[in-house]
Amino acid sequence: MFALLPDIPQTQVTVIINGGAVSVPSGFTAAAAMLMHNNGATRTTGISGEGRAPYCMMGVCFECLMEINGEPNQQGCLVTVNEGMRINRQLGKREVLG
Amino acid sequence: MTATCDLAIIGAGPAGMAAATTAAYLGLSTVVLDEQPEPGGQIYRGIERLAATRSQHLKILGPDYATGLELVRAFRKANIDYLDSTQVWQVEPDGRVFYRRNGAAGILTAKKILIAPGAMERPFAVPGWTLPGVLTCGAGQTMLKANGLAPKGRFVLAGCGPLLLLFAAQLVRAGVKPAAILETTFNRWAALPHLPGFLAASGYFGKGLALLRELKAAGIPIHKGVTRVAITGDTQVREIEFVFGGETRREPVDTVFLHQGVVPNGNLAWSLNLAHEWDEAQRCFRPKLDAWGRSSVPMILVAGDAGGIVGAAGAEAMGRVAAFAIATDLGKISTEECSERASAARASLAKQRAARPFLDALYRPHQRWLAPPDSDTVVCRCEEVRTGEIRRLVTEQNCPGPNQMKSFVRCGMGPCQGRLCGLTVVELIAECRGLPISEVGYYRIRPPVKPVTVGDLATLDVATRHDAVGL
Repeated sequence: MFALLPDIPQTQVTVIINGGAVSVPSGFTAAAAMLMHNNGATRTTGISGEGRAPYCMMGVCFECLMEINGEPNQQGCLVTVNEGMRINRQLGKREVLG
Repeated sequence: MTATCDLAIIGAGPAGMAAATTAAYLGLSTVVLDEQPEPGGQIYRGIERLAATRSQHLKILGPDYATGLELVRAFRKANIDYLDSTQVWQVEPDGRVFYRRNGAAGILTAKKILIAPGAMERPFAVPGWTLPGVLTCGAGQTMLKANGLAPKGRFVLAGCGPLLLLFAAQLVRAGVKPAAILETTFNRWAALPHLPGFLAASGYFGKGLALLRELKAAGIPIHKGVTRVAITGDTQVREIEFVFGGETRREPVDTVFLHQGVVPNGNLAWSLNLAHEWDEAQRCFRPKLDAWGRSSVPMILVAGDAGGIVGAAGAEAMGRVAAFAIATDLGKISTEECSERASAARASLAKQRAARPFLDALYRPHQRWLAPPDSDTVVCRCEEVRTGEIRRLVTEQNCPGPNQMKSFVRCGMGPCQGRLCGLTVVELIAECRGLPISEVGYYRIRPPVKPVTVGDLATLDVATRHDAVGL
């Protein structure tokens, strides 16, 4: 849904989004990386299963809950990416002791 | 770092940074805890990194953003314990601050606590606002600031407020034009009596006009007096329907940015049971504070937009004012010294406050956005509770208030803890019951105000752990 403004070389980090390796500038949050490389929903709700994606990008809406390095329910907009980080969509509620 | 300090500040936006810098200068041992990896808050989000790695973008964001750099540099230079990437999940009125950092829980004790969590965008519930591809203008601006990211494809901005116009202009400067701006301002004349105060606050009027000129010159269609916004899509946004001047229009869109002004980011203040009051002009609750930011709880002060919207410059001034009050209360300076040294900051704060009534009146949200008319509009995004159900529970089941609404349908009980539905829910209840909002009240917010796992709690010692969960 989002693209980088052109012509600014920045240090890149490789992250694995939904199983695929992509590059994002260092300093990105997991939610920003998702909005750059994932179209549509980044999670489905635990109530009706409808799709959602980051909404506020500042830590208040909790729509960007995602699975980061195997850990579910992470607020993607508050997690800074690092090399090799695995970021996955979160489908429904987290599993207890998953 | 020390486990005890004179002053703990929650938030490193303009209020928190200014307060910390002033307090450190006055000799207080000061700890700042902030959620973000870099200081600046939302208004100066990512400014250090931007200045270092892509300073070309300072032109896009404009001079007001760039001024934050000076504040951040002073903050970095001062003798402050700064805990970045730290989530405060509980504050106790005895001075304890519970936080989570690097996957572990921590605790510190302060003699005074300054709450400066800033503002958040007012919930703006319209049909389809939960679809992927709908974000707030603040979210879009955050991505521009922190990441140099701009929306792809066709997009519109809908709502009203200074942030919406500024974001639109920033996008234009970045070479990314909105397909349209759907303006919901409805009563410009109501703002007129407040114009003198606004004119007296240096430069705001000129800046506002310059933004409008910029948008006009770029040929962005601005549809004024929009009375309906409905977003449709499937796996993401596809179309926006809007009504203005009695005419219904549909536009294909990939992204929609919503904005209906900002309100205090209040959950931490509420969780401390600070006395609150309803601010009719700003249409939101705010903590009751004295002229120095002292709350109803002796140890707790509030500064910045969390105490009622004052803007970045006002927040900075309020942070300094609060720091002087804290230094006085802790015996570091005398009352006389305080009033003398705080006078510049107090004058600046008064000027910024005088500018607000104009903006509050001009961009007052219409009732149709505060209490949405369509019955299937989602209000509580987390628990998926809709307008129709809330109205029905009030009128047919006599659900009297927001806390009872929690018991009825879990409204406000999801992960966001009512942040994104609280004001809409109380507006709906007030409307249905014909009561003023001050009588309807707000959700009772309890700690933890940020997610904390049992694993995090286990990193605390046993006595503290029991205390933290109220056992």
